[in-house]
Amino acid sequence: MLKIIHMNVNGKDTELAVDEREALLDTLRNRLGLTSVKKGCEVGECGACTVLVDGKAIDSCIYLTMWADGKKVMTTEGLKGPGGELSPIQKAFIEEAAVQCGFCTPGLIMTAVEIVGTGKKYNREELKKLISGHLCRCTGYENILNAMERIVDETYKVCGK
Amino acid sequence: MNTVGKDLIRVDAYGKVTGEAHYTADLEPKGILHAKVLHSEIANGVVKNFDLTEALKVPGVVKIVTCFDVPDCQFPTAGHPWSVEKAHQDICDRKILNKRVRFYGDDIAAVVAEDEVAAARALKLIKVEYEEYEPIVTVEKALSEGATPLHEDLRKDNIIVKSHMTMGGPDFSFEKAVDEASEKYGKDNIEVIDRVYNTPRISHCHLELPVSWAYVDTNGKITITSSTQIPHIVKSCTAMALGVPVGKIRIIKPYIGGGFGNKQDVLYEPLNAFLSMQVGGRPVRLEISREETISCTRTRHAIEGRCRALFTKDGKLLARKLEAYANNGAYASHGHAICANCGTVFKDLYADEMGAEVDCATVYTSSPTAGAMRAYGIPQSIWFTECLADDICNITGEDPCDFRVRSCMQEGFVDPGTKIPFLTYGLKKCIEEGRKYIKWDEKRAAYKNQKGHIRRGVGMAIFCYKTGVHPISLETASCRMVLNQDGSMQLVMGATEIGQGADTVFTQMAAETTGISCDKIYIVSTQDTDVTPFDTGAYASRQTYVSGKACKKCGELLRERILEYAAYMLVNEISDISKTVYAETVKAAKDMMKSALGIAEDSDIKPEMLDIENNAIVMRESYLKERGSEKGFEERKLFELSVLADTAFYSLDRSQHITAEVTNHCKENTFASGCCFADIEVDMPLGKVTVKDVVNVHDSGILINPKLAEAQVHGGMSMSLGFGLSEELLIDEKTGKPYNNNLLDYKIPTAMDTPDLKVRFVQLDDPSGPYGNKALGEPPAIPVAPAIRNAILNATGVAMNEAPMTSERLIKAFKEAELI
Repeated sequence: MLKIIHMNVNGKDTELAVDEREALLDTLRNRLGLTSVKKGCEVGECGACTVLVDGKAIDSCIYLTMWADGKKVMTTEGLKGPGGELSPIQKAFIEEAAVQCGFCTPGLIMTAVEIVGTGKKYNREELKKLISGHLCRCTGYENILNAMERIVDETYKVCGK
Repeated sequence: MNTVGKDLIRVDAYGKVTGEAHYTADLEPKGILHAKVLHSEIANGVVKNFDLTEALKVPGVVKIVTCFDVPDCQFPTAGHPWSVEKAHQDICDRKILNKRVRFYGDDIAAVVAEDEVAAARALKLIKVEYEEYEPIVTVEKALSEGATPLHEDLRKDNIIVKSHMTMGGPDFSFEKAVDEASEKYGKDNIEVIDRVYNTPRISHCHLELPVSWAYVDTNGKITITSSTQIPHIVKSCTAMALGVPVGKIRIIKPYIGGGFGNKQDVLYEPLNAFLSMQVGGRPVRLEISREETISCTRTRHAIEGRCRALFTKDGKLLARKLEAYANNGAYASHGHAICANCGTVFKDLYADEMGAEVDCATVYTSSPTAGAMRAYGIPQSIWFTECLADDICNITGEDPCDFRVRSCMQEGFVDPGTKIPFLTYGLKKCIEEGRKYIKWDEKRAAYKNQKGHIRRGVGMAIFCYKTGVHPISLETASCRMVLNQDGSMQLVMGATEIGQGADTVFTQMAAETTGISCDKIYIVSTQDTDVTPFDTGAYASRQTYVSGKACKKCGELLRERILEYAAYMLVNEISDISKTVYAETVKAAKDMMKSALGIAEDSDIKPEMLDIENNAIVMRESYLKERGSEKGFEERKLFELSVLADTAFYSLDRSQHITAEVTNHCKENTFASGCCFADIEVDMPLGKVTVKDVVNVHDSGILINPKLAEAQVHGGMSMSLGFGLSEELLIDEKTGKPYNNNLLDYKIPTAMDTPDLKVRFVQLDDPSGPYGNKALGEPPAIPVAPAIRNAILNATGVAMNEAPMTSERLIKAFKEAELI
């Protein structure tokens, strides 16, 4: 038996019938077509499936969809502006060459949204710790951290706490 | 050059940061069936019988197939171009599912169900009866007397291939060299060292799991969308596995989430196709788990290398010998090619005065199959050469950097066997650059005579690497360019984008050669073997070089065709041009050209007077210069390329769809090279190594896109860091069971484990590269591990011979050395 739940997904109120055993990863990909959410391990080791639930970055592969009932969920699809414009975080990832195969990218971008959302200033070492739940095999994290540092600094200059 | 050498933003960056770039699993149709594989729970034996009764009762199960149902066809899986010479063909040693179980996790049956849960439940209910043999997990066991041959039909023992190579003449032997040197230099003036070095079994850990989905199309084509580096090779191997003609198979490769060599093998595509055929051609998806990926796809070879060196006490390198045993696991995959490659570079990298000798063996064992992984045997080779080099210096007291400058392969080197030349020699410049960057001489002096438990050290390692596989194997690549009405074009490469940035650099190359700007070049990222021209795929650091040559050649042909048409437009009163919207533009261009060049008749206008620059047909700059005239772009511009393209499409006089397609058979190769320098701190009681500073310096010719090249190096350095310090897939020697086939226990570096990665390049214009470029993709993954090892030696005097240098191993070694 499917259960009816309500989530706000990328700004849109959504009513869905889901299996109560279903992971949020599968709901987002298979029922809502949000394929930016990537599956890399299914056990919370790699971070590729990271989305925001009420602003907090979680591994959607080990998060039951039922837990998201009544909550706000955001995926990378939700970052794009109404006219297709990119968020500053996405721009920083592009310009710093932080993208290679691109499979870890949407998850890391969602963690960046969470970090930037705090408005706090973090140094490189702190950022390393904050993204250590994301595995990337292409970049050695170097350019990802460059993009992160840049966007954290830019945000702090504007609305730093 | 206008576009080559610039930091163009990746052409796929927008799609990847928005999550809109589609990977294999993102393209599946609704209502697809799900498949799961049943893996053996013994490491060596034979499947006698299945009981499917309970499994078939699970609601949602559509079909169960076992090793007794698959086609009786053995096939190879290596991502090599197929050889039409029998002796060079890859080993056909597996079927789609196997009765003869050769490692713990072998594929013996598969379930197709309406959903994943049903498939998983059914798997658990399948009962298997085995005849069990003793697992032979190690090389030693596989070669011991009485060991069961894993592939009795192909090899009487478990040796896949053994090979012998020499430098210094075909009869060179290390033993003879020792005798000769004793006579020549005197016994007391020479030294021989004899060491055994070991490298780990490593998992590629691309973030996207191997995934595919297959169906039979209405025209009968067995169509597989797959995350692969080698679509055209998957096509031919799948045909062999199914026993159908190759034209029946179509492979589609969309964006892929990393491969690193694991996807340079045919993995589950043949099984996926077979499963779809078993359910009436309905779409079936087959995505394996991370755990299955680590233990049931491919790994980097664990190679044991017994290394000997003969040198004079004052440090002259006389001879070396390597005896290498590669643990290939259950199936041949790339066979002996990787261990042989390891041996080749071992003998090439140093200029032994007398010679070098290499004996290599690749051995079947009942453990996970080893195949290609980034740098194809060379990380192992360089672990051996660079441990050995520092161990020599540890005896002679010579500075390891000086030793390498003096003893490494020299300018003008040509491999005597393959005849591969080192055309542009940047190795010593790299060493110089790295030495300066890390402040080698100051640090070597400062780190002398340290006391206490926490010590610093600097170490280095050098390497060389071939560019592609010619002449060992075929190097061929194709490219197609198709002009649009607006003067833009599609660029279709057989070569594959796997994250390394291939699509971006091909776009730059096409722009460089055609004069059409990057923003008007639409590269088709997806390879579809029904429409994409042939290329063998992404491996061997070959694409920028080999496929780049195809791209350049194709660009030249397209340009020639465009200019031929331009001259035709200018010379001929195209019957209808006066009626067209372009009448005045073309007439003005013609007049301008005639006056600038002093041409009397239209018919004197020739293609060689023309050029394409910045999306416009122009008077060729060099043609004007030769006639003493210098004009800027605007003064030479005749008309936009779009005027020509639109005319060529729709002219009632001469309609032509301007396209070009070429194959380039590459018969060249050149060595790339480089080095790594590392400055580390080692906390001996904790067995903890902290990399304080690390730099890779690469001699990879001219960089097509420096920013992407640098990013590529970062990723390789991180991989070598894992090789050196943390990564090893462990297998229980008694049962063949993997201990750590998950990303929690298999430790790839996280951001916290990774130091800031520094990159330098020595750019020399290689005459054989299409734009002066040579290998870069794999080399970064080679030298960091041995540089760290040698830094530990510098810090503590302890020579670690086995990678990874985990805390456990370090503490044991420091205790043995009575340092803690």
